[in-house]
Amino acid sequence: MQLVLTEDQALLARTAREFVSGSPPIARLRKLRDARDERGYARDRYARMAELGWTALPFAEADGGLGLGLADLVLVTEAMGRGLAPEPLIPSVVLGGRAVALGGSAPLKAAWLAPVIAGDKLLALAHARRTGRFDLTRVPFRATPAGGGFRLTGQATQVWGGHLADGYVVAARTAGQDGDPGGISLFVVAAGQRGISSERQVRIDSLNAAQLTLEDVEVTAGDALGPPGEGHPLLTRVIDEATVALTGEMLGGMTEALDRTLAYLRERRQFGVAIGSFQGLKHRAARLYIELELSRSAVMAAARALDEHAGEAAQLVSLAKARLSDGYLAIANEAIQMHGGIGMTDEHDIGLFLKRARASEMTFGDAAYHRDRFAALGGY
Amino acid sequence: MTEVEQFRGELVEFLDRDLPAQLGELPPPTSDYWGGRRPELPHPQSRRYCELMAARGLTAPTWPKAYGGGGLDKDQARWFLAELRRRHLPLPLVGFGLSMIGPTLLQFGTEDQRREHLPRIVRGEIRWAQGYSEPNAGSDLASVTTSARVQGEDIILNGQKIWTSYGDKADWMFGIYRTDAGGKKQEGITFLLVDMAQPGIEVRPIRLISGASPFCETFFTDAVAHTRDIINGIGNGWTVAKALLGHERNMIGDVFGAGAGARNKLAGGNPLAELAREYVGEREGRVADAVLRDRVAQITMDERCFALTTQRAADQLKAGHKPGPESSIFKIYGTELNQRRHELMLSIRGPQCLGWEGTGFDDRELTQTRDWLRSRGNTIEGGTSEVQLNIIAKHVLSLPD
Repeated sequence: MQLVLTEDQALLARTAREFVSGSPPIARLRKLRDARDERGYARDRYARMAELGWTALPFAEADGGLGLGLADLVLVTEAMGRGLAPEPLIPSVVLGGRAVALGGSAPLKAAWLAPVIAGDKLLALAHARRTGRFDLTRVPFRATPAGGGFRLTGQATQVWGGHLADGYVVAARTAGQDGDPGGISLFVVAAGQRGISSERQVRIDSLNAAQLTLEDVEVTAGDALGPPGEGHPLLTRVIDEATVALTGEMLGGMTEALDRTLAYLRERRQFGVAIGSFQGLKHRAARLYIELELSRSAVMAAARALDEHAGEAAQLVSLAKARLSDGYLAIANEAIQMHGGIGMTDEHDIGLFLKRARASEMTFGDAAYHRDRFAALGGY
Repeated sequence: MTEVEQFRGELVEFLDRDLPAQLGELPPPTSDYWGGRRPELPHPQSRRYCELMAARGLTAPTWPKAYGGGGLDKDQARWFLAELRRRHLPLPLVGFGLSMIGPTLLQFGTEDQRREHLPRIVRGEIRWAQGYSEPNAGSDLASVTTSARVQGEDIILNGQKIWTSYGDKADWMFGIYRTDAGGKKQEGITFLLVDMAQPGIEVRPIRLISGASPFCETFFTDAVAHTRDIINGIGNGWTVAKALLGHERNMIGDVFGAGAGARNKLAGGNPLAELAREYVGEREGRVADAVLRDRVAQITMDERCFALTTQRAADQLKAGHKPGPESSIFKIYGTELNQRRHELMLSIRGPQCLGWEGTGFDDRELTQTRDWLRSRGNTIEGGTSEVQLNIIAKHVLSLPD
């Protein structure tokens, strides 16, 4: 595993950075928020990202993708994180698209992958319920056998990118109970199907999230991703991939929040001098920088380990998510403190990073969850 | 056969046949040999092992052959070190000659100075000490006052150095002295090498809270050095001193980075978890105390992340990136991590961590407690964490003075 960017990757990172900063990204998010935009992101921006090939990055060439992986994808999500870009790349491509690519039958792949890669259709993953916290065995839907297939009932919460999505990958229990990894099945359901309703949820980070309700929604064996009852490993793999993509985004957010804070420390004057000359602030800023450097190593290692199917991949995913969860919050908290009064206003952008930091922390497991998982995987 | 293949073939032959044939029993990988006029032998064959390696320049693999080094490029040197590790052999020689003053002489020394001093470092004949800190010049190092007065070819030294690592075992000292007390404090400093075997130099060990005495005070009373041993000219010592501090931070970072890396191959057991199991037991395969288990995971993850960061820095250097502020980051994080690791081990042992010596405590407990006390110095020696934070703030974050 080489922890260094190839020339192609450096170019991708640069292109992504330029694209995101091309349209003032944070002003864009603010506008969508204040207009209470139902979609919460810009369709044309997402279409442009698909044109640039980013939605194709993690798919095999046989599936119409570029045959690259997370080591590349995290460069795009990092750029998005710097600009708090709300486009649903992670939910549609990684959570939904990769689930179909890894577990779907040929007809399912044919139906969904091409439009997802083209950016014409959006998928989302509905895997969590209000009382489930981060536990991937506490799935939101109950499946009862009906005819040759199942009827799905239940409610999923905070389905990322889930409002106005075209299809959902849903996690349902076909056997067993909470706590059992066995008995979980993944199905693909189309948004227009009878019995499906989604309601936009409003979160602190203004991202598109939906409460998805299924009432006796009928699915056939052909809608299943992998054999019924054996969906847990697939769900875990997809969540791991999305977790790494998210840590890329978090890394971008940390970098931007710290950069903005450093700029403020250099320009803001009190007592006749720049406040950045005060050692009390300098040392804290330097420690945040160390945290950022360590975080970058963790993200790069986790992405490469997953791409290479390394034996320690799952542990490195937890390493990265734990570190970035703590690190992003630490930087966002300090960013507000060092901005002083203006930092606590809604008018100033720095607070948006704190909101995204907290939302990211609570997505796919917080630091304590991942320390526990890291220890369990380590055999203690 | 290519040149590289021939070189590797010969070296393997030497390691596998000549060395064992000449030495019989080889020193174990833990035996650090520091050399010097009065060398301590961690293993009966340590000195012979060093000499045989030195004859091939392998104590300083990357130094030029003209000065007794191995003349290897970085890839070959890495390969050589890997071959040593594979055979569970120690480095043939360690010390501040190899890690600090040698690289500094390669950078700043005259041809005569290099030819005089480098071969003796390579052969392990001279053990070096560092004469930097003084009672009133610690973090503010440029305030040194130990005076150097030029008198013909001689230089007369008066004053006191402190925190001289292993000063009582060293033969020569590199250090900084005040040759001009007027003007800007950085400008009147001269970098000088001095032979410590003389009546004008007295060395006294300092006892630390751990009970060990790795540091000394060094007193100069009309001690004599020579103008031929001034590095980079009179008054130009500060530049040399700073460059050497970079080498020192690298060395300390390497030590803690390598330690963390070696401990953190995720496969295989986790020694902290094993320790916790030993003292608090386990429940359903997990360390029974949930809080200790969480702390074990946290430290293990931090160590792994640190090891990944040292690897990333090395990978970037290999790929041709310029070295960045890594040494300060590694110094701060690596030393603090070591302290936190020791503190966790104390927590795991509970009251059994309190033994100083004698009945009721085993060797591991006693040793670890002393190591913990010693680790408090890690964030002070070699440039305090606070000084490293200043360096990052100024040179990386461009925060104003």
